[in-house]
Amino acid sequence: MLLGPSLLISAILFAIGVAGVVIRRNAIVVFMCVELMLNAVNLTFVSLSQYHGLSGQVMVFFVMTVAAAEAAVGLAIILAVFRHRQSVDLKNMNILRG
Amino acid sequence: MMQASQIAFYILGVFAVLCGIGCISQRNPIAAAMCLVGTMMSLAAMYVILNAQFIGVIQVLVYAGAIMVLFLFVIMLLNLSHRQSDLRKWPLWVIGAGLVAGVVGPLLALRGYTGGRLASEVTGAAVYTDPATALVAGPAALQATVERGVVGAIAEPLFRTYLVPFEITSILLLVAAVGAVVIAKRKL
Repeated sequence: MLLGPSLLISAILFAIGVAGVVIRRNAIVVFMCVELMLNAVNLTFVSLSQYHGLSGQVMVFFVMTVAAAEAAVGLAIILAVFRHRQSVDLKNMNILRG
Repeated sequence: MMQASQIAFYILGVFAVLCGIGCISQRNPIAAAMCLVGTMMSLAAMYVILNAQFIGVIQVLVYAGAIMVLFLFVIMLLNLSHRQSDLRKWPLWVIGAGLVAGVVGPLLALRGYTGGRLASEVTGAAVYTDPATALVAGPAALQATVERGVVGAIAEPLFRTYLVPFEITSILLLVAAVGAVVIAKRKL
Protein backbone atom coordinates (compact mmCIF):
# COMPACT_ATOMS: atom_id res chain seq x y z
CA MET A 1 0.00 0.00 0.00
CA LEU A 2 1.03 3.63 -0.55
CA LEU A 3 3.89 2.59 -2.84
CA GLY A 4 3.37 5.34 -5.41
CA PRO A 5 3.03 8.29 -2.99
CA SER A 6 6.07 7.25 -0.97
CA LEU A 7 8.20 6.87 -4.12
CA LEU A 8 7.07 10.35 -5.21
CA ILE A 9 7.83 11.93 -1.82
CA SER A 10 11.21 10.21 -1.86
CA ALA A 11 12.01 11.68 -5.30
CA ILE A 12 10.97 15.18 -4.22
CA LEU A 13 13.07 15.01 -1.04
CA PHE A 14 16.08 13.77 -3.00
CA ALA A 15 15.74 16.62 -5.49
CA ILE A 16 15.49 19.14 -2.63
CA GLY A 17 18.71 17.71 -1.21
CA VAL A 18 20.48 18.01 -4.58
CA ALA A 19 19.29 21.61 -4.96
CA GLY A 20 20.53 22.43 -1.45
CA VAL A 21 23.98 21.02 -2.20
CA VAL A 22 24.12 23.17 -5.34
CA ILE A 23 22.80 26.50 -4.04
CA ARG A 24 24.17 26.71 -0.48
CA ARG A 25 27.71 27.74 0.46
CA ASN A 26 27.66 26.86 4.16
CA ALA A 27 29.50 23.54 4.51
CA ILE A 28 27.34 22.34 7.42
CA VAL A 29 24.11 23.03 5.53
CA VAL A 30 25.55 21.14 2.53
CA PHE A 31 26.20 18.22 4.87
CA MET A 32 22.62 18.36 6.13
CA CYS A 33 21.40 18.25 2.53
CA VAL A 34 23.43 15.07 1.99
CA GLU A 35 21.67 13.59 5.03
CA LEU A 36 18.35 14.64 3.46
CA MET A 37 19.25 12.70 0.31
CA LEU A 38 20.14 9.61 2.35
CA ASN A 39 16.78 9.87 4.12
CA ALA A 40 14.97 10.06 0.80
CA VAL A 41 16.63 6.85 -0.37
CA ASN A 42 15.73 5.19 2.94
CA LEU A 43 12.06 5.96 2.28
CA THR A 44 12.32 4.16 -1.06
CA PHE A 45 13.89 1.12 0.60
CA VAL A 46 11.19 0.95 3.28
CA SER A 47 8.29 1.37 0.85
CA LEU A 48 9.61 -1.36 -1.46
CA SER A 49 10.35 -3.68 1.48
CA GLN A 50 6.57 -4.15 1.81
CA TYR A 51 6.76 -6.23 -1.36
CA HIS A 52 10.34 -7.53 -1.38
CA GLY A 53 10.69 -8.66 2.20
CA LEU A 54 12.73 -7.43 5.14
CA SER A 55 16.03 -7.11 3.26
CA GLY A 56 15.12 -3.52 2.44
CA GLN A 57 14.80 -2.65 6.12
CA VAL A 58 18.18 -4.29 6.83
CA MET A 59 19.65 -2.09 4.08
CA VAL A 60 18.16 1.00 5.74
CA PHE A 61 19.93 -0.10 8.91
CA PHE A 62 23.25 -0.14 7.06
CA VAL A 63 22.57 3.21 5.40
CA MET A 64 21.97 4.75 8.82
CA THR A 65 25.26 3.32 10.09
CA VAL A 66 27.16 4.76 7.15
CA ALA A 67 25.37 8.11 7.63
CA ALA A 68 26.43 8.22 11.27
CA ALA A 69 30.06 7.44 10.39
CA GLU A 70 30.00 10.00 7.58
CA ALA A 71 28.55 12.70 9.84
CA ALA A 72 31.24 12.11 12.48
CA VAL A 73 34.14 12.24 10.03
CA GLY A 74 32.66 15.09 7.97
CA LEU A 75 32.01 17.31 10.97
CA ALA A 76 35.55 16.62 12.22
CA ILE A 77 36.87 17.80 8.84
CA ILE A 78 34.67 20.92 9.05
CA LEU A 79 36.04 21.63 12.54
CA ALA A 80 39.62 21.28 11.29
CA VAL A 81 38.95 23.57 8.31
CA PHE A 82 37.23 26.12 10.54
CA ARG A 83 40.26 26.24 12.84
CA HIS A 84 42.47 26.83 9.82
CA ARG A 85 40.32 29.38 7.93
CA GLN A 86 37.93 30.80 10.59
CA SER A 87 35.04 30.09 8.19
CA VAL A 88 32.92 27.22 6.90
CA ASP A 89 32.12 29.01 3.65
CA LEU A 90 32.75 26.68 0.72
CA LYS A 91 34.02 29.51 -1.47
CA ASN A 92 37.08 29.72 0.83
CA MET A 93 37.82 25.99 0.46
CA ASN A 94 39.72 26.04 -2.79
CA ILE A 95 43.16 24.74 -1.77
CA LEU A 96 42.76 21.82 -4.17
CA ARG A 97 42.07 24.15 -7.10
CA GLY A 98 45.06 24.33 -9.48
CA MET B 1 -12.71 6.31 0.63
CA MET B 2 -9.24 6.73 2.04
CA GLN B 3 -8.23 5.15 5.30
CA ALA B 4 -7.09 7.33 8.20
CA SER B 5 -3.54 6.02 7.87
CA GLN B 6 -3.45 7.06 4.21
CA ILE B 7 -4.64 10.58 5.05
CA ALA B 8 -2.00 10.78 7.78
CA PHE B 9 0.62 9.57 5.30
CA TYR B 10 -0.19 12.34 2.83
CA ILE B 11 -0.17 15.00 5.55
CA LEU B 12 3.19 13.74 6.82
CA GLY B 13 4.57 13.66 3.29
CA VAL B 14 3.58 17.28 2.65
CA PHE B 15 5.08 18.24 6.01
CA ALA B 16 8.33 16.42 5.18
CA VAL B 17 8.65 18.19 1.83
CA LEU B 18 7.88 21.61 3.38
CA CYS B 19 10.49 21.03 6.09
CA GLY B 20 12.98 19.95 3.42
CA ILE B 21 12.38 23.18 1.51
CA GLY B 22 12.85 25.06 4.78
CA CYS B 23 16.13 23.22 5.36
CA ILE B 24 17.66 24.54 2.14
CA SER B 25 16.11 28.02 2.30
CA GLN B 26 16.65 29.02 5.95
CA ARG B 27 19.55 31.45 6.36
CA ASN B 28 20.26 30.48 9.97
CA PRO B 29 21.97 27.05 10.17
CA ILE B 30 20.17 26.22 13.42
CA ALA B 31 16.79 26.86 11.78
CA ALA B 32 17.87 24.68 8.85
CA ALA B 33 18.84 21.90 11.28
CA MET B 34 15.45 22.18 13.03
CA CYS B 35 13.67 21.89 9.67
CA LEU B 36 15.72 18.76 8.95
CA VAL B 37 14.63 17.33 12.31
CA GLY B 38 11.03 17.94 11.23
CA THR B 39 11.64 16.05 8.00
CA MET B 40 13.23 13.14 9.84
CA MET B 41 10.45 12.95 12.44
CA SER B 42 7.74 12.88 9.78
CA LEU B 43 9.74 10.24 7.86
CA ALA B 44 9.84 8.15 11.06
CA ALA B 45 6.05 8.36 11.32
CA MET B 46 5.77 7.40 7.63
CA TYR B 47 7.94 4.33 8.28
CA VAL B 48 5.52 3.25 11.01
CA ILE B 49 2.60 3.62 8.58
CA LEU B 50 4.58 1.54 6.04
CA ASN B 51 4.86 -1.36 8.55
CA ALA B 52 8.52 -0.68 9.42
CA GLN B 53 8.10 0.17 13.09
CA PHE B 54 11.64 -0.80 14.10
CA ILE B 55 13.16 1.42 11.40
CA GLY B 56 10.92 4.26 12.56
CA VAL B 57 12.20 4.00 16.12
CA ILE B 58 15.81 3.75 14.92
CA GLN B 59 15.21 6.80 12.71
CA VAL B 60 14.16 8.87 15.74
CA LEU B 61 17.01 7.56 17.89
CA VAL B 62 19.90 7.69 15.42
CA TYR B 63 18.99 10.41 12.91
CA ALA B 64 16.83 12.87 14.82
CA GLY B 65 18.65 12.11 18.07
CA ALA B 66 22.33 11.38 17.60
CA ILE B 67 23.23 12.81 14.19
CA MET B 68 21.23 16.03 14.48
CA VAL B 69 22.55 16.64 18.01
CA LEU B 70 26.05 16.29 16.54
CA PHE B 71 25.19 18.84 13.83
CA LEU B 72 23.66 21.30 16.31
CA PHE B 73 26.65 20.84 18.63
CA VAL B 74 29.09 21.76 15.84
CA ILE B 75 26.94 24.72 14.69
CA MET B 76 26.84 26.12 18.22
CA LEU B 77 30.52 25.32 18.87
CA LEU B 78 31.52 27.30 15.79
CA ASN B 79 28.97 30.07 16.61
CA LEU B 80 27.65 30.27 13.06
CA SER B 81 24.20 31.72 13.65
CA HIS B 82 24.50 35.41 12.80
CA ARG B 83 25.73 35.52 9.25
CA GLN B 84 24.52 37.13 6.07
CA SER B 85 23.02 35.06 3.28
CA ASP B 86 25.20 32.18 2.11
CA LEU B 87 23.28 31.44 -1.07
CA ARG B 88 25.31 31.12 -4.24
CA LYS B 89 25.04 33.48 -7.20
CA TRP B 90 22.38 33.19 -9.89
CA PRO B 91 23.95 30.70 -12.41
CA LEU B 92 23.94 28.02 -9.73
CA TRP B 93 20.33 28.88 -8.92
CA VAL B 94 19.44 28.01 -12.51
CA ILE B 95 21.46 24.79 -12.28
CA GLY B 96 19.72 23.88 -9.00
CA ALA B 97 16.24 24.55 -10.40
CA GLY B 98 17.15 22.60 -13.53
CA LEU B 99 18.31 19.63 -11.46
CA VAL B 100 15.10 19.66 -9.42
CA ALA B 101 12.97 19.85 -12.56
CA GLY B 102 15.08 17.16 -14.25
CA VAL B 103 14.78 14.76 -11.31
CA VAL B 104 11.19 15.39 -10.18
CA GLY B 105 9.58 15.94 -13.59
CA PRO B 106 10.02 12.42 -14.99
CA LEU B 107 9.45 10.89 -11.55
CA LEU B 108 6.03 12.54 -11.16
CA ALA B 109 4.67 9.51 -13.00
CA LEU B 110 5.65 7.42 -9.95
CA ARG B 111 2.62 8.67 -7.98
CA GLY B 112 0.42 6.12 -9.72
CA TYR B 113 2.81 3.24 -9.12
CA THR B 114 1.19 0.30 -7.33
CA GLY B 115 2.21 -3.05 -5.93
CA GLY B 116 0.32 -4.81 -8.70
CA ARG B 117 2.34 -3.02 -11.37
CA LEU B 118 5.57 -3.83 -9.51
CA ALA B 119 4.57 -7.51 -9.43
CA SER B 120 3.80 -7.53 -13.14
CA GLU B 121 7.16 -5.92 -13.94
CA VAL B 122 9.08 -8.36 -11.75
CA THR B 123 7.34 -11.47 -13.06
CA GLY B 124 7.04 -10.27 -16.66
CA ALA B 125 3.31 -10.92 -16.77
CA ALA B 126 1.32 -8.78 -19.17
CA VAL B 127 -1.59 -8.09 -16.83
CA TYR B 128 -1.20 -6.58 -13.41
CA THR B 129 -1.01 -9.57 -11.09
CA ASP B 130 -1.88 -9.68 -7.42
CA PRO B 131 1.27 -8.60 -5.54
CA ALA B 132 0.59 -11.01 -2.68
CA THR B 133 0.83 -14.06 -4.97
CA ALA B 134 3.61 -12.79 -7.26
CA LEU B 135 5.90 -11.35 -4.56
CA VAL B 136 5.73 -13.82 -1.70
CA ALA B 137 8.45 -12.07 0.34
CA GLY B 138 6.14 -9.23 1.37
CA PRO B 139 3.39 -11.34 3.00
CA ALA B 140 6.12 -13.60 4.44
CA ALA B 141 7.65 -10.57 6.13
CA LEU B 142 4.28 -9.60 7.62
CA GLN B 143 3.84 -13.19 8.82
CA ALA B 144 7.31 -13.14 10.42
CA THR B 145 6.42 -9.87 12.17
CA VAL B 146 3.26 -11.45 13.56
CA GLU B 147 5.15 -14.56 14.72
CA ARG B 148 8.36 -13.10 16.12
CA GLY B 149 7.56 -9.46 16.78
CA VAL B 150 8.86 -6.32 15.08
CA VAL B 151 12.46 -6.63 16.23
CA GLY B 152 12.66 -10.42 15.90
CA ALA B 153 11.49 -10.32 12.29
CA ILE B 154 14.25 -7.93 11.20
CA ALA B 155 16.88 -9.70 13.35
CA GLU B 156 16.52 -12.92 11.36
CA PRO B 157 17.80 -11.60 7.98
CA LEU B 158 20.21 -9.24 9.74
CA PHE B 159 22.01 -12.01 11.62
CA ARG B 160 21.71 -14.77 9.00
CA THR B 161 21.87 -13.38 5.46
CA TYR B 162 23.65 -10.15 6.28
CA LEU B 163 25.91 -11.31 9.12
CA VAL B 164 29.21 -10.51 7.38
CA PRO B 165 28.16 -6.96 6.32
CA PHE B 166 26.90 -6.42 9.85
CA GLU B 167 30.31 -7.30 11.28
CA ILE B 168 32.07 -5.12 8.69
CA THR B 169 29.83 -2.28 9.90
CA SER B 170 31.54 -2.47 13.29
CA ILE B 171 34.93 -2.00 11.60
CA LEU B 172 33.49 1.00 9.73
CA LEU B 173 32.27 2.58 12.96
CA LEU B 174 35.62 1.97 14.64
CA VAL B 175 37.51 3.54 11.74
CA ALA B 176 35.11 6.52 11.71
CA ALA B 177 35.51 7.10 15.46
CA VAL B 178 39.30 6.93 15.32
CA GLY B 179 39.38 9.05 12.16
CA ALA B 180 37.12 11.74 13.64
CA VAL B 181 39.36 12.06 16.71
CA VAL B 182 42.55 12.19 14.63
CA ILE B 183 41.21 14.75 12.11
CA ALA B 184 39.66 17.00 14.75
CA LYS B 185 42.89 17.07 16.80
CA ARG B 186 45.33 17.83 14.04
CA LYS B 187 45.92 21.22 12.45
CA LEU B 188 45.01 20.90 8.79
